[in-house]
Amino acid sequence: MKRVLPGFGLSLGFTLVYLSLLVLLPLSGLVFKSSALSLGQFWDIATGERALASYRVSFGASLLAALINAFFGLIVAWVLVRYSFPGKRFVDSLVDLPFALPTAVAGITLATLYADTGWIGRHLDPLGLKVAFTPLGIVVALTFIGLPFVVRTLQPVIEDIEPEVEEAAATLGATRWQTFRRVLLPGILPALLTGFTLAFSRAIGEYGSVIFIAGNMPLISEITPLLIISKLEQYDVIGATALACVMLAISFLLLLAVNGLQWWAANRHRGKEGALS
Amino acid sequence: MSHVVARRANTEPRWLRLTLTAVGLGFLFLFLAVPLVAVLFQGFAKGWRAYLDGLAHPDALHAIGLTMFIAAVALPFNIAFGVAASWAVSKFDFRGKSLLITLIDLPFAISPVVAGLIFLLIFGAQGLFGPWLAEHDVKIVFALPGMIIVTLFVTFPFVARELIPLMQAQGKDEEEAAVSLGASGWQMFFRVTLPNIRWGLLYGVILANARAMGEFGAVSVVSGHIRGETNTLPLHVEIVYNEYNVVGAFAAASVLALLALVTLALKTLVEWKMRQEIREQRAELPPERTE
Repeated sequence: MKRVLPGFGLSLGFTLVYLSLLVLLPLSGLVFKSSALSLGQFWDIATGERALASYRVSFGASLLAALINAFFGLIVAWVLVRYSFPGKRFVDSLVDLPFALPTAVAGITLATLYADTGWIGRHLDPLGLKVAFTPLGIVVALTFIGLPFVVRTLQPVIEDIEPEVEEAAATLGATRWQTFRRVLLPGILPALLTGFTLAFSRAIGEYGSVIFIAGNMPLISEITPLLIISKLEQYDVIGATALACVMLAISFLLLLAVNGLQWWAANRHRGKEGALS
Repeated sequence: MSHVVARRANTEPRWLRLTLTAVGLGFLFLFLAVPLVAVLFQGFAKGWRAYLDGLAHPDALHAIGLTMFIAAVALPFNIAFGVAASWAVSKFDFRGKSLLITLIDLPFAISPVVAGLIFLLIFGAQGLFGPWLAEHDVKIVFALPGMIIVTLFVTFPFVARELIPLMQAQGKDEEEAAVSLGASGWQMFFRVTLPNIRWGLLYGVILANARAMGEFGAVSVVSGHIRGETNTLPLHVEIVYNEYNVVGAFAAASVLALLALVTLALKTLVEWKMRQEIREQRAELPPERTE
């Protein structure tokens, strides 16, 4: 069939040129630059003591923050969709604050709040709990940054649950917990995992909100993006490039994981519709 | 009667509803409301005068101007790209389409620090084009052009990502009708497509603008951190904060927090407008086409 609408060549051509110039070529430049290193040299940099410690900090804190967000995000999404309370629309808009608030502002604010004289840190200090300038502070910052992902991924899915499904389960004698565990949770699980992975992926690369609250002690509270910056500041461009390649590979894997999860969710849905018709 | 029983079976007992609401709102209060109040409060910790002094400092004013300038230059390019990409993706079929959609999202998956670094590797002194640029006395990194380029990179997906699902859902019937009635390509675009996508487009632009003005990591790598020259407002916040000028830092930060609040308000407004428009379209459609 002949294409009726105009502009296919122009729009696709512009898209591909712009994408290549701004994203694809610069990224391949990173890989090209690191090819100046032999595999052994690359391995030595990527598995240096400080690098390994920074992966541990970045992964550990991101994982913990994403888990916190998955748990509380599920509750928040459920409450926002299913229950009504005064000021709900305002609260719903506020969920996007971490997307809208510049990371540096989040960073200095959280550092001030959780310092031992801050509004929150003041109450934690007598309990022997130090948050600011420790790895715990990194978890707090990453929880803030990742908060909207789980909520925003879950909300439409919870809205789409058909009440008949729950009614059927209840009619068949399931308790509310059994209905949730056996009927509702499997339906929202792909979205929960997608939100978790998005929050985790954002947390791994996050820089601005973390550096103010982290304390940035090498081997203890130094995240990988900060290690890249400190290598750059010491004019170790090659070292920074090697670590950036590691991070880029992780980003790709996480992007693939998100795509896979979305494909899983879409196909499940299609399977269900097929069974019904 | 049975309906009432079923309704009741569809929700949690009252005590659990209250507990979940308290836990959810408590979490949001601690992680969102308290920080938001704290930003605005800290700037005023030493009174109005100190706040205004922090804000009216020439470096702060310059940083505000530079931040707005960078966003104003970067956004039109990404708007043009977003519209072109979503036109190609949503109105035509071609091979590799889903790969293209994934690649458009790529900048979101990449750490801001890595985003800054890749342009340093191209345009920096030791970079691919470094020697050539030095020879011709062109400065890109540690100068304004580099800061604009990384801003383009980090805000790259926003507009396309809003428009693609919207335009896919709208289909191409209206545009095809316009063309078969003799409209030229641009007439069709400005009279049919643009009015249909205006709220989605605005939504993408609002989010892209917030990111462009607030970006820290990527811009930090390619900015020379030269006061009064290559400091954007987020970078200014960092420098002043690291000098233990807490009031000055929060005075500058409060401007960015205000920007975030305006962004959230506009975003909510546009979402409301979009929902309203969808309802109106549904109402206009003949009944057999509503589903």
